[in-house]
Amino acid sequence: MTKRVLLIEDEPNIIQAISFILSRDGWRVDTHADGRTAVAEVARRNPDVVILDVQLPNRSGFDILQDLRADPGTQALPVLMLTARGQKRDREMAERYGASRFMTKPFANAEVLDAVRALVAP
Amino acid sequence: MIGINVLVAVCLTYVAFLFAIAFVAEKRARQGAGGWLRSPLVYTLSLSIYCTAWTFYGAVGYAVRSGLEFVTIYLGPTLVMIGWIWVVRKLVRIGRSQRITSIADMISSRYGKSNLLGVIVTLLAVIGTTPYIALQLQSVSLSFSVFSNDTPAMLNVRDLNATALYVAVGLALFTVLFGTRNLDVNERHHGVVTAIAVEAVVKLIALLAVGIFVVWGVAGGPADIVARIEASEIAELQLAGGRWATLIFLSAAAFLCLPRMFQVMVVENADERHIAVAAWAFPLYLFLMSLFVIPIAVVGLGVLPGANPDLYVLTVPLELGQGKLAMLSFLGGFSSATSMVIVAAIALSTMVSNHIVMPIWLSARRGGASMSGDVRNAVILSRRLSIAAILALGYAYFRFSGGGTALAAIGLISFAGVAQVLPALIGGLFWRGATRNGAAAGLVLGFAVWAYTLFLPSFGGSLLLPASVLQDGPWGVEWLRPQALFGVETLDPVVHAVFWSMTLNTVAFFAVSLMGFPAPLERLQGAQFVNVFDHSKSAPGMTRGAAEAEDLLIMSQRILGPAEAQAMFQRAAQRQGKAGYLPDTTPEFVETLERELAGSVGAATAHAMVGQITGGASVSVEDLMAVADETAQMLEYSSQLKAKSEELGRTARQLRDANEKLTALSIQKDAFLSQISHELRTPMTSIRAFSEILMADGPMSEADQKKFSTIIHDEAIRLTRLLDDLLDLSVLENGQVTLNWQETSLAAVLERAVSASASGRGERPLRIRRAPGAEDVALVTDPDRLAQVFINLIANARKYCDAALPELRIAVARRDGAVVVDFIDNGSGIPAPSQGVIFEKFARLTDQSRAGGAGLGLAICREIMDKLGGAIVYLPGQGGAAFRVSLPKAVAKAAE
Repeated sequence: MTKRVLLIEDEPNIIQAISFILSRDGWRVDTHADGRTAVAEVARRNPDVVILDVQLPNRSGFDILQDLRADPGTQALPVLMLTARGQKRDREMAERYGASRFMTKPFANAEVLDAVRALVAP
Repeated sequence: MIGINVLVAVCLTYVAFLFAIAFVAEKRARQGAGGWLRSPLVYTLSLSIYCTAWTFYGAVGYAVRSGLEFVTIYLGPTLVMIGWIWVVRKLVRIGRSQRITSIADMISSRYGKSNLLGVIVTLLAVIGTTPYIALQLQSVSLSFSVFSNDTPAMLNVRDLNATALYVAVGLALFTVLFGTRNLDVNERHHGVVTAIAVEAVVKLIALLAVGIFVVWGVAGGPADIVARIEASEIAELQLAGGRWATLIFLSAAAFLCLPRMFQVMVVENADERHIAVAAWAFPLYLFLMSLFVIPIAVVGLGVLPGANPDLYVLTVPLELGQGKLAMLSFLGGFSSATSMVIVAAIALSTMVSNHIVMPIWLSARRGGASMSGDVRNAVILSRRLSIAAILALGYAYFRFSGGGTALAAIGLISFAGVAQVLPALIGGLFWRGATRNGAAAGLVLGFAVWAYTLFLPSFGGSLLLPASVLQDGPWGVEWLRPQALFGVETLDPVVHAVFWSMTLNTVAFFAVSLMGFPAPLERLQGAQFVNVFDHSKSAPGMTRGAAEAEDLLIMSQRILGPAEAQAMFQRAAQRQGKAGYLPDTTPEFVETLERELAGSVGAATAHAMVGQITGGASVSVEDLMAVADETAQMLEYSSQLKAKSEELGRTARQLRDANEKLTALSIQKDAFLSQISHELRTPMTSIRAFSEILMADGPMSEADQKKFSTIIHDEAIRLTRLLDDLLDLSVLENGQVTLNWQETSLAAVLERAVSASASGRGERPLRIRRAPGAEDVALVTDPDRLAQVFINLIANARKYCDAALPELRIAVARRDGAVVVDFIDNGSGIPAPSQGVIFEKFARLTDQSRAGGAGLGLAICREIMDKLGGAIVYLPGQGGAAFRVSLPKAVAKAAE
């Protein structure tokens, strides 16, 4: 069965890049660009893994992560956090809030692919 | 030629005439008749005691010595009457509502009925007035001697001292007779005032007569006089600016503070409305008094060179064989001198008696402080003795000073002395924060400086102050020299003394007042003085008597019941020999009424109620009036507190706001680095991802390849632009930018901006509406930078305008000489909370996808406009997003 990724990101070009990389590897990629409705979108799509940007319109990725971790249904959902801010504090916050992985932009394509694969592996 | 016998006979007749007038006036006043006695004319004429013998004789001498400077003595009071009439009115109102009896009483009463202040002002007044009384005695004696020179047989009259003694005794008698006849509740002396008004007329007529004689009898009319003035040495005397100003100030201050002026102006005032007439009539009187001074001086110099110019008014007619005119002139001078001495003696005796003698007498016999018969007698006796003592002092001063000093000099010394009361007086009228200690400090310090710098040196370097002190300062301390205090050597002695005494006086008054806090009683009195117009009616005139009684009846009916009140009033009227229900409001009746009312409402309330109606009746601290005032003051104070706390609240709110803004800014500052990081990494992410995709040899369509390389290209450009913006902003912010100022036109810059931001392929179309006519404005600016701002605004409209058919209107207008260019789109605008931050860095409001910029555009615009000397602001309330770019005058200078 095709594994599904939900990509929550607002930069069109980055969405296109990540979608291309994962699709080519056989993933089904859904995308979502708004922070405020992101949690609902996760619930609706019920993906196998979420790639979550930090700086989103209307709501921060950290807040979304907290909500996901607070909900039993998504408590264990693998979440890969991406950020362009890349400061130490962001990494710490991501870990504290329970991100499964944390990566700084720009990333190597292979790195993202490996991470996603690892997160959904049994 | 007039014999001395004739002179004495005329003098005695004149005095008898004055006696008669005073007597009749007094009698009519007691009968309640003679309304003319209280006419504005009599009031104005009584003010003329300002013109003493110094003015009558001395002005001519003054003019001979110093030219026009004598005019200052008239200008001061004129300015007060014209410009400061409201101060006079306030003084009179307070004088009546508080039953003030003298200037000392005024100061004492204002500062919490402090007897210490009363004593200080009394002493100051006595010391300041004594030389002045001596001066009057001297002038009368001198004028006698002028006549006696022609009749050497009468040697005894030539003895100046004896003449002065006779005059002093005569004046004391007159003053005692008419000044202390009764203890009027308001210390009014109708007889004396009327006599003085008559004397005022006599001296005016005398001086005008001499003047007319001099101009038309001696010289050949006004033209000839003018020619003579121009030819005389008087025309060459220069005015000294400092002295001129000081003397005007001094005479104005003296006009308000002289005890005798206070007596006629405030205490003897019968009706407040008289002030309005006096406001123009008194300056007119002064004008007439000064009109012929220079002509007499000039003619005198021609007729009697070398003679005492102080006596020209007398000696010139005498020399030219005009015996009768000289006699009239003598009577004028005599009137000037006697009226001043009489009023001064009355005023001073009231002060001495009320503030020095009576307090001592009362404390000597404790307990019986009620106004019983024997206290009354004691007051009258002390008044009479005081009058005698004051005239004796004046005579003594006359004897000791040797009578040699020029008249004007003594007058000025005296003026400067009494002017020390001014700060405490005026401060007390207008400033509730003035305190007793402040007034005392100012008075004592000012008085001491005056005595040290002017009064003591006036005796010459022998009496009281050794010559060595005058020369080298006390103990050889140079900067303490009496006439060069603190090393100020260049000033004229009078200017010097007035400057230091008034300055130190005022500074001490304010400083000590500010250091302390007024005691409750001072606060009460201060409120009543400063706000006198709020709680006192206009002073009643003569016709007020009946109305007063009626008001009292109305009030009494309310308290006692109509029948009882009417019966009581009718009884009182009957006792006074009157029919009807309205008795005269004599003190006896008022007292009875108060007692009656007290049985119903209590003594304090009764006193206050009656006092309010009779207007004059004493308003003491215990009165409800005062209590009410205290309440009012407390209310005022608490409302001030409230205002204060509201203000504090506002300040706190502003501080909080500022703090929030600062915090927001600092967070923003913190966020700045991570923002830069974000803005740089985002395009780099795309570039790296797609180049890796392109580098890897996976399956890829031609179209994808093309698309990905375009993205890489665009993102590279975006990155470059971002770096450019950052550099641009940094350069602008650090002020390292070089502007390329040029002459250009607004239309050209706009044209360039519009065409540079024309819609590209795939971009949303934006319609731009312009008004080419208005854009025709010449500018001196940096066209590239200004265009950059415009481009930015157009680009923003293109990016963010959310209307279906986006449209941008560019309007140009002139406003206060500046040119404003408004960019208004038809979108939904920027929400109010965001309007404050849009000019901050990275303050992008919408999501990235639509923005495409780094959020630095408006920040850069702001910096650019700042550098160009203009401004860019968000213009709320225009429907869509609206930005206003204003180019200041200098930039748009070529516009006209």
